[in-house]
Amino acid sequence: MCLIAAPALAAVLPPDRADLLYHRYQGGGITVQGPSILVQKKIGDHFSVGANYYQDMISSASIDVLLSASPYREKRTQKSVSAEYLHGKTTYSAGFINSVEPDYKANTSYYSVSQDMFGDLTTVTMSYRRGWDRIFRDIKQNGFIINDPTFQQRADHRVYGLSLSQILTRNLISTFDYELSTDQGYLASPYRQIRFLDPNNPVGYTLANQIYPGTRTSDAFSVELKYYVPYRAALTGKYRFFTDSWGIVAHTFQVDYVQPIRHHWTLDGNVRYYRQGAATFYSDLFPYAGYSNFMARDRELAAFHSITLGVEASYAFSIPHLTWIQKSTATLSFDRMMISYLDYRDALFSKFDPGAIRAGQEPLYTLDASVFQAYVSLWF
Amino acid sequence: MRNRIATTALLAAILALALPAWAAADSAADSVAPAPAPGFTLQSTSGQQVSLAQFKGDVVMINFWASWCGPCRQEMPLLQSIYAKYKDMGFTLIGVNVEPDAKTANAWLKATPVSYPVLYDPQSKVSQLYQVQAMPTTVIIDRTGTVRFVHRGYLPGDENAYLNSIRALIVQ
Amino acid sequence: MRIVSLILAVALFASVTACAPIEPWVKPYEREHLADAIMALNRNPVSSTYLDHVFESREGARGATGGVGGGCGCN
Repeated sequence: MCLIAAPALAAVLPPDRADLLYHRYQGGGITVQGPSILVQKKIGDHFSVGANYYQDMISSASIDVLLSASPYREKRTQKSVSAEYLHGKTTYSAGFINSVEPDYKANTSYYSVSQDMFGDLTTVTMSYRRGWDRIFRDIKQNGFIINDPTFQQRADHRVYGLSLSQILTRNLISTFDYELSTDQGYLASPYRQIRFLDPNNPVGYTLANQIYPGTRTSDAFSVELKYYVPYRAALTGKYRFFTDSWGIVAHTFQVDYVQPIRHHWTLDGNVRYYRQGAATFYSDLFPYAGYSNFMARDRELAAFHSITLGVEASYAFSIPHLTWIQKSTATLSFDRMMISYLDYRDALFSKFDPGAIRAGQEPLYTLDASVFQAYVSLWF
Repeated sequence: MRNRIATTALLAAILALALPAWAAADSAADSVAPAPAPGFTLQSTSGQQVSLAQFKGDVVMINFWASWCGPCRQEMPLLQSIYAKYKDMGFTLIGVNVEPDAKTANAWLKATPVSYPVLYDPQSKVSQLYQVQAMPTTVIIDRTGTVRFVHRGYLPGDENAYLNSIRALIVQ
Repeated sequence: MRIVSLILAVALFASVTACAPIEPWVKPYEREHLADAIMALNRNPVSSTYLDHVFESREGARGATGGVGGGCGCN
């Protein structure tokens, strides 16, 4: 350990800002919308604190809800606070997130340390995140939706992160990010079910409960390159590799281009390609009841690929009389997500029209979703 | 068990990483071994060629800055008040802007003007000459043309360090 | 054990190299492009956090989405 180091210089805290966002997701029969408010403020010269208030308001019913006719409720509220402390070239952060919805309560705490080195060309960050979840199940009773008193589960999560950002040239920065996640407890959804072939059933299949493993460990590793294009634009390329103990292997490719135009406008275009292989215990249609010790039909564990195209336009404006606001922008962003499942079928076809289509022959499910964001950002 | 080992290793690594920074952070001092200040000539914002040699006999404070550097912008109004206070006592302040393109620097100076000379160093010749290792960097040269103090970076309160150095050299 | 050895290796490397500093090949006064707002690793945290959440709820993969660093390197 070298205690006689080079002259210690300092890094900088995040800028003071406030963001007010409206988000809206629409696809697969559901609409989720709500606000997200974020404030970041320096206190003195060494501290910066942040707070976020976020809500999801859910309406309509997804394919899973329609298939199993399970009740659903509408609102998730998430509140988080964070603090950063800067000493020399080291930044220490800690934060806490609380998420509440009628059937899922989650608390997360996280800590990280960031160190600038090699003349501020390199930043190494180590992080730890710990989550405690309590899972309930909604049932209908006397016309009301309440938590099933016989169903109360827990899930614990731990995430270890190590990342390195390295400036390569005056115009190029690279980032390497690794995260190891471990989960244990109840990791399934209380509402989703598997189906198995059942010739005795008019629809051709029978629904049954999912059985999930009680643990999950995953590795994710990503590489990112960001390049400053000489005429003033930024081009970013990113790749992530994911693998876990459930047998899922996923690749994510992303390209992003930011183009400022004159004094006020900034445009952004991005393309994301995602490809995932199914979990070992996943099947759209099991051959018979009790086929294996773990069985799931969650489409998040299926084999699929997706392409997301996004555009964003941001306008910088000044607010007269409010001189303490250094910069303000208004942004609109739109993303179109197109998912094609390779082994998840639209079981509603056989449910609502029994006999017409055989179980296991239904068309593969596709999901097209639109994500819309509108937000105002102020820097002060 | 695996989680516990990983957490302990993480904490130990954080300490290993941060300890040297903690140890060194408190010992940063401004005094340097005296060395002759390298001479230079640069164009100023008023279009004139200004050289360091013109100020021999004065205590000279050179401040290397850029408009894209937050702490630099934060510090400049304080430098302006230091200049106003000491300029009649044989003290001068020179701002050296390190940007290859002067456009944003000029726009910022228009909004936040200073009365001390600001010179352009678009090819980083003087930055290299003075081995600038941080942004901003402030170099204080005594009346004999010898570099006596170098201050790297800027945190609110550092202006007191500047004042101490200037007062020590002004009386010589 | 992977993550443990990786963390310890990085920390050891960092503390050893603090004794023999490598000269930065991008000087502090050459960082105007890297300090540009469009080159920030996370330009709009409120929006990127939301999008990460949208993808994570529909996909099996999670993690390794962020980075800290770059910027002006001031102070």
